[in-house]
Amino acid sequence: MFNQYALSHAALIPLLPAMSFIIVGFFLRRLPILAATVSVCMSLISFALSLGVGYGVIANNITVDNPLIQRIPWLSISGLTVDMGVYIDPISAMMLVIVTLVALMVQIYSIGYMRGDAGFGRFFAYLSLFASAMLGLVIAVNFVQLFVFWELVGLCSYLLIGYYFHKISAREAAKKAFITTRIGDFGLLVGILFLQILFGTLDFQQLASNVPLYVAEHGTNLLTIVALLLFLGPIGKSGQFPLHVWLPDAMEGPTPVSALIHAATMVVAGVYLVARAFFLFSVLPNAMEVIAWIGAFTACFAASIAFTQRDIKRILAYSTVSQLGYMMLALGVGSVTASMFHLMTHAFFKALMFLAAGAVLHGLPNKNDIFEMGGLRHKMPVTFAAMTIGVLAISGIPPFAGFFSKDEILLAVSQVSMPLYTIAVVTSFMTAFYMARLLIVVFCGSEKPDNQPHEAPMSMRIPLVVLGVLAVIGGYIPYANHFGDWVRFGSASHEGLHWGIAATSTVLSILAISLAWYIYGSGKVSPDKLSRRFSTLYKLSFHKYYIDEFYLWLNHTFVDGLGKILYWLELHFVEGIVNGIAGLPVGLGDLVRKSQTGKLQRYGLIMFGAMLILVVWLVLLSPLFKGVLSGGDY
Amino acid sequence: MNELIYTVAFYIFAAITVAAAFGVVTKSNLVHSALLLALCFIGVSGLYVLLQADFLAAVQILIYNGAIAIVFVLGTMLTRRSSRHGTNDTEVNIPSRVVTLVSGLFVVVTLGVIATTPWHYSSGVIVEDTPSLLAQLILTDYMVVMEAAAVLLLAAMIGAIVLAKGVEE
Amino acid sequence: MIGLVHFLTVAAIVFAIGLYGVLSKRTIVGILMSIELMLNAVNINLIAFSRFITPEVLTGQIFAIFTITVAAAEVAVGMAMIFRVYYDRNTVHAARLDEMRW
Repeated sequence: MFNQYALSHAALIPLLPAMSFIIVGFFLRRLPILAATVSVCMSLISFALSLGVGYGVIANNITVDNPLIQRIPWLSISGLTVDMGVYIDPISAMMLVIVTLVALMVQIYSIGYMRGDAGFGRFFAYLSLFASAMLGLVIAVNFVQLFVFWELVGLCSYLLIGYYFHKISAREAAKKAFITTRIGDFGLLVGILFLQILFGTLDFQQLASNVPLYVAEHGTNLLTIVALLLFLGPIGKSGQFPLHVWLPDAMEGPTPVSALIHAATMVVAGVYLVARAFFLFSVLPNAMEVIAWIGAFTACFAASIAFTQRDIKRILAYSTVSQLGYMMLALGVGSVTASMFHLMTHAFFKALMFLAAGAVLHGLPNKNDIFEMGGLRHKMPVTFAAMTIGVLAISGIPPFAGFFSKDEILLAVSQVSMPLYTIAVVTSFMTAFYMARLLIVVFCGSEKPDNQPHEAPMSMRIPLVVLGVLAVIGGYIPYANHFGDWVRFGSASHEGLHWGIAATSTVLSILAISLAWYIYGSGKVSPDKLSRRFSTLYKLSFHKYYIDEFYLWLNHTFVDGLGKILYWLELHFVEGIVNGIAGLPVGLGDLVRKSQTGKLQRYGLIMFGAMLILVVWLVLLSPLFKGVLSGGDY
Repeated sequence: MNELIYTVAFYIFAAITVAAAFGVVTKSNLVHSALLLALCFIGVSGLYVLLQADFLAAVQILIYNGAIAIVFVLGTMLTRRSSRHGTNDTEVNIPSRVVTLVSGLFVVVTLGVIATTPWHYSSGVIVEDTPSLLAQLILTDYMVVMEAAAVLLLAAMIGAIVLAKGVEE
Repeated sequence: MIGLVHFLTVAAIVFAIGLYGVLSKRTIVGILMSIELMLNAVNINLIAFSRFITPEVLTGQIFAIFTITVAAAEVAVGMAMIFRVYYDRNTVHAARLDEMRW
């Protein structure tokens, strides 16, 4: 019963948080308890509905080939029909569950984390809007709806990253996130316009049936370009190289926001877009190859940066970039199943780790450097357990969630390309290493005397426990229940564990963790000495390969230079024209206004004189008068 | 005989009207102008009689002479002046030649139009009992217009009082 | 024989005189009087047309009645405004009331 209701009212899932945004944002901003209650309740209902949808999908046998679509016309002019609607298939149902779950957890967590903050109500309003935008994106039926919510997601990320707007760095980070993703969004928009021109429709279902015909008729050249333009959007949004630079800076927002952005909403939007438009990408081998290589490179590249970072949230941020690279790689090698599976498990363990990191920061305010922490496991047992689960999950240690999804990806990659597989395995090794480094440095070792850590309050511990459980079982249960039969593209392709691959990656991860322990935990080797020995590499990694500096230089040289030229043109050329045009009426007016004497009778005289002239003119023209002149009979 | 009387009467009334009107605009004393205006109205009402509009003639005398001309005279006298001389001068800054030319041209053009237009005279029966027919028309066909006129008069009355008395601020 | 043309001619002359007055008088009172002359000229026209063109219906006379009504209202309001202006500015000269320029 409930699942039927949920399926037919799936539009409520994004609408409820939107409602909560309006209620909280406009009426309850000054009432923190009510604000939190309203948004958590809305999220809870939304989550329940999503579960209902998920169950309904299975019960009604809704598959990827047989989605449930509801549409209402939104805009209809000749040649262009745009609908708003709800697109339910296993992929979107899974996304709905993940997004609502993580949003709910983050909101519960924020009650404790943001307690006493001046902008408490505002924060919850933004969180609700963020969740609403992402859910609207997930159920989009066409590219227009998707794009609208895509931009809304971008806006929310801007608002939330810049939440502490009194801090300059937060403002700058918010701007950076917004502008960087805009670069990608521009490509996405151009790609969407191209699709409209080529196919005359933006509806996913219609496009899916039209694309193969088009390819058969016209080949793939133009379509590859369009697909790559579209892919620019995910590059920006999902922090792929080279537009990943905003994501680590996005740490300026409050930690729950980071959890939301990294686990469920913002960054997975790009992955989801590619998966949703997979009918397009999958027929374009060249585009797929680009996606795979960008994903692989991003994964490896970000992992190598995370090696040397000292800020706890930054490490997690780079690990997100790296994991997103994994998801893109999986998509690039054609496995929607693996990508979505990893997206789901990643949502669980990344949200878990971010919330755990938030708990650490909550216990140790104003300390971000992991080397200033240390020995927290005694004072913060729950957080320690949560972080440990998260690290084991992301490292791919069985039976934690990450093991299954990562194995799925590695398997898919190994069937396509050996070099990519090598990169993926190396990345997996590095991931395990730097995550173990974080865990060991923060929680083990000796306590710092001037730290006064304390365990997080109840409202923050509940989400940690829930997500911790999910990070443990979230891999095995879907695996055992044939996840791949539901979330897939094309035919059902459920493959078992490949023991060779699984064993390799597990062994490598364990090796990496041991290595991390040897360097950071045992005290036998000084990390500083190591970093000095490999100082060039260390510096490169620590400074994120100087990409930010490179962009800054690029900006200074080209954009500023171009700006100067344009400014000069504007000042002397454009403004000259504009001022000239503006000056013309002013001058004319100056001339003409002298005639406005304000003398009533002069006006009357002119009026009557003019009228007489008109009358005379008309009389002279009239046929009657001509008749008189010619003496004719009238 | 009747014809002759009619013609003579027309010319007399026309002469009175035009001459008085001319006096109105040329006299430099405002009181004189107002009195000549009254005379002009009387001439016009005579013309109405000749046009068999007896009710209108009576209305003309009543309203124009009894009300409007009196208002002018009263208004003139209420503005405190020791001497009435020069109260209705011609404006010196106006090019009077041009004004004369425009007015003259107006007469010429109008007369030209009047002379050249083929008038279609009707030979219908002239209404003798105008007041009753007018009353009938006003209370039937022109009911709404008359109501509107009534509202207009009321508004004008209130407006005049407010304007002349001034509003407490 | 006196006909329509004669009456129209008288009306035209009176109208032109009124026009001259409107354009040349110095005080607003004079201008208002001249406007009355012009309105009377129009009334003469209306009634003359009514008499010679459509003698069996009295439309022209009805219109004249309304013209008179409007003229009465106009004089009432006009004189009131003149008083107001006189009290406020101590002048009734049209040429001095020239605030409505650039």
